[in-house]
Amino acid sequence: MIELGKYSATVLVAWGVSLLLLGGIVVQSLMAAARARRSLEAEEAARKVKHG
Amino acid sequence: MASLWEYANPVRFMRTSGALLPWVTAAAAASLGIGLVWGFLTPEDYKQGSTVKIMFLHVPAAMMAINIWVMMLVASLIWLIRRHHVSALAAKAAAPVGAVMTLIALATGAIWGQPMWGTWWEWDPRMTSFLILFLFYLGYMALWSAVENPDSAADLTGVLCLVGSVFALLSRYAVNFWNQGLHQGATISVAPGDRISSTYSYPLYLCMLGFFLLFVALLLLRTRTEIRIRRLAALRARELRA
Repeated sequence: MIELGKYSATVLVAWGVSLLLLGGIVVQSLMAAARARRSLEAEEAARKVKHG
Repeated sequence: MASLWEYANPVRFMRTSGALLPWVTAAAAASLGIGLVWGFLTPEDYKQGSTVKIMFLHVPAAMMAINIWVMMLVASLIWLIRRHHVSALAAKAAAPVGAVMTLIALATGAIWGQPMWGTWWEWDPRMTSFLILFLFYLGYMALWSAVENPDSAADLTGVLCLVGSVFALLSRYAVNFWNQGLHQGATISVAPGDRISSTYSYPLYLCMLGFFLLFVALLLLRTRTEIRIRRLAALRARELRA
């Protein structure tokens, strides 16, 4: 077990907030990328059907 | 060798970024994972105790907050001068990542400052300019959302980016300009006597590399997303006109 001494709460809160924010931007970027790819593929497939 | 301007072609950008993205992501995950674990396992500092471990997040985040704005400035200038859409979309894609980096730097700074300085916040030159930089990031994103025409949005945000660059530079050099306030000078220094111990500097360098690679990976991913959204809008507009 890592000993953080009297500042354990300070260190853990700082790391927790940072990792949460980093994780948040990564997840948001991945979700937006998947959504955009799906929408574009659906639109292109619909156009292919319509215009042959 | 291909000219840099060839990547202004969205098709070429999509092809190249698609090939690069898995490698950059893997390198980012490896360097960030090893760097952060190494940093967390460093021993306590004789003065700051275990709070020194906050440095491995605070310093790379602050470095990226400033450098992302500089990248946005370069991309905005390319848009304003040469009208390459990919560069405008890259600047737009970078902004939320920069805002998150600035927020991490501000939050970890406040949390670190409380036990070390006895206060969460001080209107110190570097801290204040960083807060203003964060507000510029928010304003930049809000302006992109508020303007419907994408070219007008790119023009206006490009100008805003130029103005905000003053605060990005200030947040880097404020300590040197005013030489006052609570915040210390540069953490990384080559001057003898100012250097931090290699116990801390090696994991710190790795974390800085990890943050940089994470940004590059997110920038490629988000720019690809913006290009797809733009293409989707173009297809729908064409459909409406037909």
